[in-house]
Amino acid sequence: MTEAAPKIAIRDLHKAFGDKKVLNGIDLDVGIGESLVVIGGSGTGKSVMIKCVLGIVEPDSGSIKVDGEEVVGMPARERERVLSKFGMLFQGGALFDSLSVWENVAFGLVAGKGMGRIEAKEIALRKLGAVGLGPEVGELSPAELSGGMQKRVALARAIATEPEIIFFDEPTTGLDPIMGDVINDLVKKCVQALGATALSITHDMASVRRIADRVAMIYNGRIIWNGSVKDIDRSGNDHVDQFIHGRAEGPIKMPIRPL
Amino acid sequence: MIHFPQLIGRTVLAGLTTAGRLSIFTVVALIHCVRPPFYPRLILRQMIEIGYYSLPVVGLTAIFTGMVLALQSHTGFSRFEAEAAIPNVVVISITRELGPVLAALMVAGRVGAAMAAEIGTMRVTEQIDALTTLSTNPMKYLVAPRLIAALVMLPCLVLVADIIGVLGGYLVSTYKLGLNPGNYLRNTWEFLEPIDVTSGLVKAAVFGFIVALLGCYNGYYSKGGAQGVGAATTSAVVGASILILASDYIVTELFFSR
Ligand SMILES: Nc1ncnc2c1ncn2[C@@H]1O[C@H](COP(=O)(O)OP(=O)(O)OP(=O)(O)O)[C@@H](O)[C@H]1O
Ligand SMILES: [Mg+2]
Repeated sequence: MTEAAPKIAIRDLHKAFGDKKVLNGIDLDVGIGESLVVIGGSGTGKSVMIKCVLGIVEPDSGSIKVDGEEVVGMPARERERVLSKFGMLFQGGALFDSLSVWENVAFGLVAGKGMGRIEAKEIALRKLGAVGLGPEVGELSPAELSGGMQKRVALARAIATEPEIIFFDEPTTGLDPIMGDVINDLVKKCVQALGATALSITHDMASVRRIADRVAMIYNGRIIWNGSVKDIDRSGNDHVDQFIHGRAEGPIKMPIRPL
Repeated sequence: MIHFPQLIGRTVLAGLTTAGRLSIFTVVALIHCVRPPFYPRLILRQMIEIGYYSLPVVGLTAIFTGMVLALQSHTGFSRFEAEAAIPNVVVISITRELGPVLAALMVAGRVGAAMAAEIGTMRVTEQIDALTTLSTNPMKYLVAPRLIAALVMLPCLVLVADIIGVLGGYLVSTYKLGLNPGNYLRNTWEFLEPIDVTSGLVKAAVFGFIVALLGCYNGYYSKGGAQGVGAATTSAVVGASILILASDYIVTELFFSR
């Protein structure tokens, strides 16, 4: 995968909050048109890592290259240009609650691409249809939706501008298994149809097997294993084994004291 | 146990940090106010929110202030048979001081708090981060429209407050204290100088800027969930109120001391 220049190249990325080290030397490449899934325990810094790539969190040290361009410490104006390549599904949805659902989905089209509102609304309603939401939902406000519906709206918003790179932070958590599968399909289709590069975060192994070309596991602030999804069952790594089988016993210890 | 000098040092450092951050925030916000793209729809929406919906609150404050002023100056001036000075006192106090200051304090409680709560909630629910990823600068989209709208609308509100305040004084003086209506209005008009009104309007613009700035700043840097948003709201109102009174002194000094 790494013969061609990678779309995103992360090298030796460090980030601490106070004296709590979250990222401790992340090295990760995402190839062009590849779908990479990052797995790892709760609170291991998966969300922080992609926020570093987007410049929402300032890393302490290390390098992040997007299309060969260093983005760490990039001035704000240039960053805006780089960010227009990205779409992002936030873990909590992060829908704008002062706007209606369709305005949320159309936001990137109107604000980023300068599209007219009528045209943008048409596209927004089409994207909503693709995530299984009818046009009547478009007029509601995000606060009127269920958690799973909000997730789907957030997904529609992330893909509305047909970006080159899409980040999905737990796209299927909070959805029923059937809708989860629909979303997995959609993620896969988006990546194939748009030729987009995707970096997803998930805990859901069904989702991993469905959408990943390659899998990376994050533990203790480092990538401890990465390889093709086909090899995940024979990774030879105890941490990965424990994670994919969801066992409480193993090298990963949860800091839990008995009741 | 923290030693006393340490406590002083820490407080001073924290204060300086805040002052520095607020200054940088102000400069960046001002740059975004004058540099395109602009968001006319958002500016208009904020203008309605700040100007139109604050009218009842500001109007009520003004009318009662005018009424009380007339009553109080009457108790004082009637001892010297100087009732003719009541209109003068009412109109100058309202236009120069009480109109702008009280209107700004009311708007700080109403609008500044709402700004801090709204932007703060957007911060803790990652909506501000989402704006960035959708090629929209949050300073431009959230902060600049509020600053512009407050800067423009507060003088309008204060102009209304001036008129309603004088009306309050007129009502009490003529109906309750028995002053001659014609004389009252003539005295009001003749004593009033343009600078009384313009200085008040300049103050209003400064206060409007302060209210929006503190509301946006505290919201923008809020953290830690609902509690953080609550704290941001409190700081926005308290900070704005103190800065309003302090800058009131400075503007007055600039206008009237020689
Ligand atoms: N803004 C912040 N300030 C302080 N600490 C933070 C901040 N953001 C994240 N952290 C800390 O960084 C660690 C990693 O957080 P992160 O959100 O990346 O976890 P995650 O791997 O995405 O977990 P999950 O799967 O539960 O979403 C957490 O322990 C969290 O407490
Ligand atoms: Mg996360």
